Amino acid sequence: MTKTPSAAQLAAIKSALFALCLIPLAYYAQRWFDDALGANPIEAITRASGEWTLRFLLITLAVTPLRKLTGLNWLIRLRRTLGLFAFFYASLHFTTYVWLDQFFDLQAMARDIMKRPFITVGFAAFVLLVPLALTSNNYAIRRLGGRRWQSLHCSVYAIGILAIVHYWWLVKADILEPMIYGLILAALLGVRGWWREQERRRQVTTSMPPPRMPGAKVIPLVAKSR
Amino acid sequence: MRILRPSDILPSEITPRALFEDRRRFLHGAGATLAAGAAMWAGLPTDARAATAKLGPLARSPFSSDETQTPYKSVTTYNNYYEFGTDKEDPAANAGKLQVRPWTVRIEGLAGKPRSFDIDDLLRLAPLEERIYRLRCVEAWSMVIPWVGFPLSALLKQVDPLGSAKYVEFVTHYDANIMLRRPVLDWPYTEGLRMDEAMHPLTLLTLGLYGEVLPNQNGAPVRIVVPWKYGFKSAKSIVAIRLVEKEPRTAWNKAAPSEYGFYSNVNPNVDHPRWSQATERRIGEFRKRPTLMFNGYAEQVASLYQGMDLRKSF
Repeated sequence: MTKTPSAAQLAAIKSALFALCLIPLAYYAQRWFDDALGANPIEAITRASGEWTLRFLLITLAVTPLRKLTGLNWLIRLRRTLGLFAFFYASLHFTTYVWLDQFFDLQAMARDIMKRPFITVGFAAFVLLVPLALTSNNYAIRRLGGRRWQSLHCSVYAIGILAIVHYWWLVKADILEPMIYGLILAALLGVRGWWREQERRRQVTTSMPPPRMPGAKVIPLVAKSR
Repeated sequence: MRILRPSDILPSEITPRALFEDRRRFLHGAGATLAAGAAMWAGLPTDARAATAKLGPLARSPFSSDETQTPYKSVTTYNNYYEFGTDKEDPAANAGKLQVRPWTVRIEGLAGKPRSFDIDDLLRLAPLEERIYRLRCVEAWSMVIPWVGFPLSALLKQVDPLGSAKYVEFVTHYDANIMLRRPVLDWPYTEGLRMDEAMHPLTLLTLGLYGEVLPNQNGAPVRIVVPWKYGFKSAKSIVAIRLVEKEPRTAWNKAAPSEYGFYSNVNPNVDHPRWSQATERRIGEFRKRPTLMFNGYAEQVASLYQGMDLRKSF
């Protein structure tokens, strides 16, 4: 299974993924029109769009670890679609709040953002997501240069944490669900930290020793095993 | 404030014993488990509720609101009853497992004549009234619900509360076999009222909804409704009422004392950290509406809180 799909195969996979990512939207749209969203449809839509934002964020963050574990490097080609769908559902979530929940009451929303920490944090996460969505195209990558683009898109880690905090602070008493999402995020970020640490150690052991101060003695801490 | 004249309906005319027995026969005879029945329930149109026992005849209450009533289906499928799950749909799906008969309510503590009441005693104790009340949840949604019951004071008077009884504590049913085991709240759920709040004519010992016995997810077989306070003050499926001297700890107050005070009066001027209390969404409506002080019952209850700082005693 390490075979790389051809360009045509990859295009087909991408189209299938795109359709798959639209399923939650189709499901909730259908329920909306069938009046099957329960007694408080606005709350149901707010909740569903929020949960799907979080799920797509986590799926997007899972691409790199999955790629490393499986060696399927072409998986990286699917990451942009997934990330943009995270933004798409976040936009739905935000629009539901602004339109259906608050009905464009700017004053009420400003008060909410100032006074209610969970809304402050959620709003911050959404604002941080906007530049990532805007730069999710080849032109932006060329324009910014790989390294700068990369460091900009590292803010997705912070966005993930803010999204979890947003959910955690929102629930009244039952933290089970935010905790599950939080543990998944912790695992996805933890594995990156661990890999980074491994990489750092590898570089330390293979690189030249740092320049010494004149006259200083080197006290070996660990006997090198190479 | 008008105090209701006792109705001239005989208690014997009120108790729909035969109907209750019909219901039990239906539940046992249907062959399906209660849980499956409850799951089906949610999907049935309102006119298909054949097995629900009617209560009545019912006296009309002068305290009733004439606002549009929230549909039965919404009232019985959108519930906060955390013992049966923390999502709004969970109680309707899970509460069918609760056995509501036999059921007794103990009244204990600082009473001259403490005793237990069987659910049939309660149904016969005082004339049943229909009370159409606004219900305001702390989560900023609201409903208009036609409850059936009688003032809690009628029950409390039966046990001769002592002068030293300053508060009333409600203890609700908890059964780890059929309810949530995770310590989301400190089970069993407890709530409390000050004695004068408990004796207030608006405070309703509630046995029914829409002219029928209470569905389990709404707190069957007996609950309290305190319409000027947030919904969580209205304890469900009550098994004991204790008359006590000191302010009792309550389930939500124990869980988050900075967010849920003992009084929890509906107050548009005092926000909860997560929800502005200035407005609310009436279930079934699109736009929010302003929240009224004491949920619109200020005329009846504001005097109970004279001289109190409701920001501090929230």
